Amino acid sequence: MLPELALKFVSGGLAVSAFAAAGDALRPKSVAGVFAAAASVALATLGMAFAKHGGDYAAAEGRSMVLGGVALIAYTLVVGRALLKTRRPAWLIAGAGRIVWLAASFALYVAWRAVA
Amino acid sequence: MKLAVQPTRIRETRRHEFAVRFAFGGLVSALTGYIAIQYGPAVGGLFLAFPAILPASVTLVQKRHGNRAAGLDSIGAAMGAVGLSAFGGVAWDAGAAWPAWAVLAAAAVVWLAVGMSVWWVIRGRRKRRPSTAGAAAVKSG
Repeated sequence: MLPELALKFVSGGLAVSAFAAAGDALRPKSVAGVFAAAASVALATLGMAFAKHGGDYAAAEGRSMVLGGVALIAYTLVVGRALLKTRRPAWLIAGAGRIVWLAASFALYVAWRAVA
Repeated sequence: MKLAVQPTRIRETRRHEFAVRFAFGGLVSALTGYIAIQYGPAVGGLFLAFPAILPASVTLVQKRHGNRAAGLDSIGAAMGAVGLSAFGGVAWDAGAAWPAWAVLAAAAVVWLAVGMSVWWVIRGRRKRRPSTAGAAAVKSG
């Protein structure tokens, strides 16, 4: 398991760095933010999922990623509004805001399982 | 402000900032892989949309450009998140049928197209309402 996780660490780190650099080069700031929610981790992870487990496995990850993406919309809007309205450190707001993402994504996942 | 690509801006990013991004991205990718191994792809897939880089990104933006720019960065990321869901939709729909490279390429194109389309639509709506705070934010962004 360790070599696989090490490979994911390197590929994910490179992908995130590349997308973030692309975001740095874009103006205005609001469009640069699009790259802050880039598909970098997904590209690195799904690529390896295809190679190791096949298309069905990757499709199952993609289905859940749709739900995670909806939760990410909620997260970014909550964090964005909080940053515009308060003067607290961004690392605190964005870090604590991950609870919003976790709650929303698992609520959506449970709801999806109940319906499907 | 018009959409512009300014590659020289990348030089403003310091080495330790690149290191932080690399570490965050690597950790989240490894964590996602571990969760998928332990709990299966349905749970692991949720973490493909985990806010991996955003906390580091908005922290850097707040330090350099202040709260407002950091808030706009996060709200801009909501547009990318819409695209991210679309990326997952392509992987879900085509994952079992298409070759891996075609799925990933199509999903990446869809992510960018959807994210940028949402940005254009919202920007257009704010331009038509110049008296709102949002318009001022877009202009200064």
